[in-house]
This record gives sequence, structure tokens and C-alpha cells, in this order.
Amino acid sequence: MKIANKTVTAERLVRDALEKAKHFSDYHIFTFLNEENAIKKAREIDRKIAAGEKVGRLAGVPYALKDNFLSPEGETTASAHILEGFVSPVTATAVKKLEDEGAIMIGRTNLDAFAHGSSTENSYFGPTHNAFDFDRVAGGSSGGSAVAVALDIVEFATGTDTGGSIRQPASFNGVYGLKPTYGCISRYGVVAMASSTDCVGFFAQTPDDMDVLMSIASGQDSKDMTTLPDYYGSAEPESTNKRRIGIIKDFDNESVDPEIQKALAQKVELLRSRGHEIVDLSMPSLKYALAAYYIIVPAEVASNLSRYDGVRYGFRSKESTTLNELYDNTRSEGFMSENKRRIMIGNFVLSSGFYDAYFLKAAKARTLIIGEYEKAFSKVDFILTPVSPNPAFKLGEKVNDPIAMYLEDMMSVSLNLAGVPGLAIPAGKNKTGLPIGLQLVGPRRSDKNLIQFSKELEEND
Amino acid sequence: MKYLPTIGIECHVQLSTKTKLFSEVDNDARNKEPNSCVSPVDYALPGMLPRLNGEAIRFAIRAGKAMNCEINLESRFDRKHYFYPDSPKGYQITQFYRPIIGAGYVELPSGTRIRIEHAHLEGDAGKLTHFDNYSLVDLNRVDTPLIEIVSQPDIHSAKDAHDYCKELWRLMRFANVTYGDLYNGNMRFDVNISLAPKDSDKLGVRAEIKNLNSFRSVERAVEYEIVRQTKILEAGEKVIQETRGWNDATGKTTEQRSKEEAKDYRYMPEPDIPPIHLTTEFVDEEAMRLPLMPVDYRKKFDNVIANDTLEVLLDYPELMLKLGEINEKYAKNISNLFASVLLAEEKSTEYLNDLPSVKDLTDLAEMNTKKELSSTATKEVFLRLFDPQMKGRGSKQIAKELGLIQENDLGALETIVDAVLAKPETAKAQADFRAGEEKVIGFLVGQVMKESHGKANPSAVQQILREKLK
Repeated sequence: MKIANKTVTAERLVRDALEKAKHFSDYHIFTFLNEENAIKKAREIDRKIAAGEKVGRLAGVPYALKDNFLSPEGETTASAHILEGFVSPVTATAVKKLEDEGAIMIGRTNLDAFAHGSSTENSYFGPTHNAFDFDRVAGGSSGGSAVAVALDIVEFATGTDTGGSIRQPASFNGVYGLKPTYGCISRYGVVAMASSTDCVGFFAQTPDDMDVLMSIASGQDSKDMTTLPDYYGSAEPESTNKRRIGIIKDFDNESVDPEIQKALAQKVELLRSRGHEIVDLSMPSLKYALAAYYIIVPAEVASNLSRYDGVRYGFRSKESTTLNELYDNTRSEGFMSENKRRIMIGNFVLSSGFYDAYFLKAAKARTLIIGEYEKAFSKVDFILTPVSPNPAFKLGEKVNDPIAMYLEDMMSVSLNLAGVPGLAIPAGKNKTGLPIGLQLVGPRRSDKNLIQFSKELEEND
Repeated sequence: MKYLPTIGIECHVQLSTKTKLFSEVDNDARNKEPNSCVSPVDYALPGMLPRLNGEAIRFAIRAGKAMNCEINLESRFDRKHYFYPDSPKGYQITQFYRPIIGAGYVELPSGTRIRIEHAHLEGDAGKLTHFDNYSLVDLNRVDTPLIEIVSQPDIHSAKDAHDYCKELWRLMRFANVTYGDLYNGNMRFDVNISLAPKDSDKLGVRAEIKNLNSFRSVERAVEYEIVRQTKILEAGEKVIQETRGWNDATGKTTEQRSKEEAKDYRYMPEPDIPPIHLTTEFVDEEAMRLPLMPVDYRKKFDNVIANDTLEVLLDYPELMLKLGEINEKYAKNISNLFASVLLAEEKSTEYLNDLPSVKDLTDLAEMNTKKELSSTATKEVFLRLFDPQMKGRGSKQIAKELGLIQENDLGALETIVDAVLAKPETAKAQADFRAGEEKVIGFLVGQVMKESHGKANPSAVQQILREKLK
């Protein structure tokens, strides 16, 4: 990462980033550009450098912030109409940690409203375009962040991953995207999607950048009871460099695009040639992951979205004369179709008489999946799989077919249910020039090793 | 009565923790501006997460132990969903599946035991004030920690319902987990009541009376419901399962919501709060903090303090604590003093803000027992012990300063008596008494008292007089 110093000023870095952001404005990457504040902050860092004062590890590094992170800079909308006009009085822990190290937010990035989606087409502000093919989706839900890094507007961007929302857009745009272990980075100040699977993570251009970001952002936070005791910095990279890599045989079927299968096979060969052991894994419970995910997550979504009622902040429908009308109109007008679909599914599976049949069963499936990963990691150090069954699809292609859209998540959601980390790694392009991504999965708390090992997948050319 | 009422009571207790259940904001909103004790967590800003207050866990353990309950070493929180402006999150964080407090019982003064089904921790809701065409929302009370205590349907009379609620109130105050201010809603009661024929083994259809905030209204509401439901059953009709409200002014319950309108709360495990794991050491350590409880005092002071007196004093935990420190031979004496003051004075509880020291109380009781102070004088000194001007001086000094100490020295008394009998104006009375006119002894005692400036012990004086006039 380019860090401000005596030769390159923070103001130069920030101005360049803002310039590029404007240049690519038709990609719909940003929902807000932080021009005034960003330049002001850059100048302050330059002053410190000139004065020989201490600056942070990310001094003057411009970054893009997914628009579901709370900070007083710009409106925090989560790309949802219902949060229109909402300026947060508080700052998310992750944002604070980055800014304390001197990183400068140049803009907020587009997402599927409330992170519900796999294409960023569900945004109130319109879809973000793929960095490599303007007619294709950016992936989602962190589409804006992925494209901002892919087009080199910024060197890193924040994301959130509830079922693949970092890894899938990273793979669609050829950048690194990490979903850390659940609880590694504080969720405080991040608009909640599904509390038990939400993870804060990053898009970056290299594994080393990812490592720096993780060492800064990770750690226990008293404001988030689900954060794990600090482990990232203290985790020693293991001494042996020969690893056992698992390949999940259950995914080896026709639902995965042949070119992605080929990319996976090539990486497997590369690893083998570098002396690593390849182990075939059978993980039959993973077939329940998508179904369990689309029960547990909508339930938590419906619950977490209950607070958007038009009473205290954000959008409020006019023309309401009674309390119930206020609720009905505000929520009808303020939520996107996909939000409503998940709220309805969520409320259905939680309703009296259906809880045992759906939610409880899904929770049991989740326990099976957790067990299956534990078993797998007793045999292998990492697992290598595709991120999604297909490369970036056309804008509008799946937007009216929720099931097809949900199927895009079939390889990513099980990690969220199990709480294990996954790193999306660029693995070349297909014939039409679209990026292909693979994900490296590790046991809980293996984030650092995962990032280090991903270098083994880089070709030496 | 042909029908047996069966009553179960749910009681909400606001805990007096320093901060709220899920945020670091001041939990004591008494005399505070509306919406001034509210954090972004409480008013449910996006992205805010609950932070469980450990003090509330400790309070719950004490409350549970006060009711002889099991404490569940593993418990967790759940979300209970409903839309209303008093609930900013759109759900209440409660314990539906795994409460922290398990089964136990409460023993009433009569000795009857009411079983506790369980009790759980949860956050309180905000407060709405309705006007003609708008309502105001005050979120100060949001997520004040509550424990909800759920009884078994073991209560069968209005009096027991009253006594149970009152005993709960006492237990919670002895456990020091609530301010216990009923007027301000620190404890609220929901009463479930049904009637069934006396010989029936099935329960009748119940009505729930919500949000009662005094023992008396619990008692009256139950009395009213027994009459109302009896009339319905007598007429051969059926009681409807519904929620009813109590009107203190009319003394009636009225229909609020029927079962068909009952809400589906869509309970779900709270994913933002990990399950609570307690160790037995932690629970025991907290239980050790409990002082003697009412039931202990009933045993301790059985045959020492009259039941009626003790039941009055048991409303005041600090007072009982003080009484417990006093030598048992004076306990009766002092408890009577407190009881007479508490029963008589309008603002009686004010007397308890700053209790006299054990030494002052002991000295006072001792003087009374030695007959150095008459009962009237004892009470007078007792009252002065609460007087900011006097209290620092101690019982003995106050008694002296007020000249209330009785002359008990028989030799000295005899001298005074002789002096009085030598006076010509008492000659007639002496003659009358000797002639059998018993009541003139009062006059003679009065004369001696006057001569002694009120310090003589009247019964001792009388004894001497009778001796002399034989």
C-alpha cells in the first residue's frame, strides 16, 4: 500500500483517489464522496509528517467504506430508502481503528439494500457495474467496495460478509476478499443483517495488505459481546510449510461452471507441484447449508429490521394518520422487494407453530455443518473451493429469479454458518475475460495462516 | 362459595442496578428529563449491540436465592417481537427458553408456600403519554433491567394474593435488588384468575388482569373477579379467556384484549448475547450477600416480638437489620417503640432514613427496663433520637437534659414520701385512705411526683405509700 511520506503526500493520494472515483462515476460505485473531509484529514497528516510527528500505519491511505458502516461522515444509508437522511452520531469500531491509523475514507460504497443480495442490484441507488464487463453485475452485496478496489480507485475497502457478500464480489472482480472468523472484528456500528453470521472484512489487492488491515481491525471489543479474545496478532505462523489441502468432492458436479472447475484443478496442480498434499473430502452436510442459511438469516433479518419503523430516524412516510399506517407506509415504501421477501420469510419461520419445523431444524442443520467443518479440519489445514458456481452474470439476468440468485451463494454460505474464515483469491480469467475466484477456507482463528498460505497460490511469472 | 378460585401471579421487578441492562447509561431515571437516560443502544440506532450488565446477573441471583429458587448455571436471552413506539428495537430482549432463575417458593406470613415456576431477566419498555391527536414517547425506562417472577397457580384467595405480592416486595427489598417504589411502578403485577367447582380437578377459563401496582389493588381486583366470574358461572355461561384492565377508581376490571387477538411474538434466540455460564462458586458468593430474610426473623423473634408488631417492622429491611444487631432482651422493647411510631405517624417511613445507633437504642431500652424512664418518657427520648438537633447527644444525655430520669432509689423516695406525708394538705387524704377510700392513693402519688419533679417512679411511690399508710 502506498502510505504518505516525505515523497508522496496524503493529499496527493486522496486527490488521486477522488479523481478516479469521479472518473468511474458511471459504475455507480459510491453513494457518497467524502471530498471536503478527506482532503482536510490528508492535510493534517501531511502536517504531522512534515513536523516529524508520529503517524499511523495507514497514514494517508485512501479507502472506500461500505455504506453499512456507521460514521458521522456522510449519510449511513445501507443503500436503503428507509435510512435516507440518516447521519450517525457514532462511529463503528472497525472504522475508528482504521482512522486511528491514519486511513482516510474517500467515499461510501454501494451495496444491495441492507446487504440483501448477491449482485448489488437491490440498491436504492441502482446497481454497480462489474469492473471487467460493464454489462455484468459487480456481485454483492459489497459490490461497490469490490469494484472500487478492482478499478484501483482505492487500495482497500471495507465489506461485510453474511453469506458471501465479500468473497463473491471479490471473485467477480478479481481482487482479494476476506471473510474473517466470526467474532474476529467488532460488528459494533455496522448495520446488522444477520447477527449470528455477519462478519466485517476487507477487499485488498495483495495478501500482505490484507494482513496489515487484519492486524489493525481485529480484536475484542467491549461493545460487541460476540467478539473473540484477541488472537490475530498473537497467532504464530506455523513452521512447517508443507500443508494438507482439502478438496470437497461433493461440489464436483455439473452445477459449477467448467472454466471455474478448470481453474480449481490448475491451482490444485500448482499446490501439488509445490509439495503440498491434496486430500479429497466428503462433506455431505454442506448440502443443507443453503436451506438452513435461508431460514436462519431471514429470521435474524426480520428481527434486525424491526427497528426501522419511521419513529426515531431515517425515512418516515408522509400521509399517515394512525400509528399502524405510519408503520405500514414507512416500511412498505422504505424497504426494497428483497428486504420485504426476507422479512416475510423470517417472520414466517419464527411464527408460533412453525418455529420447530423451520428455525429449530435449520439450527440443527447448522450444528451438523459446524461439526462437519471441525471434522474436515482434523484431516486438512485448509480447504480450497470455488467461491460461486458461475462468474459474474449479466445485469438483470437473475434479478427476477430469487432462487437462481440464492443458488449463487451455495458455496459461500456454509462458512458463515460455521463461523470459519474464507479468503477469496483471484484465479485468473475465463475465455471472455471475466475474473474467476477461489476461496481458501481455514478453521476458526486461522485467519493469519490463511492469508499467508494464499501466497502459495500465486503463480510465479 | 361453590367455586374455588385459582390464581397465578406474574410480577415485574425493576432492578436498581447502576446502569441499564444493555448499555452504560444511568439506570436511575427518577426526577430526570424525558429521554435523558438513553444511549444509542437503548434507542436502537442501526448497528448497536447490547452489552449485558453483569450487575443485573448478580441481582438476579440474589433475587432468585431470596425466593429459594434454583439458579440455572446456563441461561440465555431471546427476542420477543412486537411493534410499538415504547419498544425501539421492535423486540424486547427477554429469557423465553432458558431463564436464569429456576423453581423455588415463597413462604407467606401464614406459613403457606407459593411455588415459583421460574423468573427471568428482561429489559423494560419505554413510556407513552397520550394526548388528543398525538403521543409522546419517553425512552428513559427502556432496558431498565427487570426480573419477571412467575408463580405456580397456588393461590386460592384474595388475601393470599395480597400477601404473596407483599411478601415478594419484602423479599426483593431485603435482597436489595429494587427501590421497591410501587407508586412509581418499580413492581407491577399481572394476575391470572380462574374459577372451578370445588370438587373439579380441572381448572376453569382464566382472565388476566394486567399491570396492577399495589397490593390492595391486587386484592380488590381478585375479589371483583371472583364475584364477576361466579355470576357468569352461576348463570350457566362461560368465562372468556381475555386480558382485563383494573380501574382503581371504579373498583372494576374491564375487557382489554381477547385470546383471538393475542399476539404472536415470534421468539428467537438473541444472537448478539452469548449464553451466560455461571459457576456454583459465583452463585454461592452472591447468595452469601443476602442478609437475614423475613422468614429468618420470624423464627428468630418468635416468642420475643408479637407477630403483629413484627409484620409491621418486616416492611423495613434496614430497621430489621438494626433490630437484629440489638441484644435480644431489648428487642421487644425497641420493636414496640418502632411499631408505635410507624403505625401512628403520617410520614412514618421518613423516620427510617437515618436510624439511631445500636448503642442509643440499647441505652434507651436499658433505662426503660431499669425503670429509669417511664414508658411515656422512653417514647419521648426515642422520638428525639430522630431529631437532627438532639440525636448526636445520645439517649442518656437526652433523658437527662429533658429531666425524664425517674427516681428509683427507694431510700431517696422514702424521704420524699415522708416529706409529703408531713404536709398538712395531705392529712385529709391520708385519713380517707385509711378509712378505705382506695382512690385517693392517686392524689398522694401525684403529690410525691410533684415533689420529685416528675422523676420518681410512680409504681415504686405507690408501693411505699401503701406501706406507710397501713
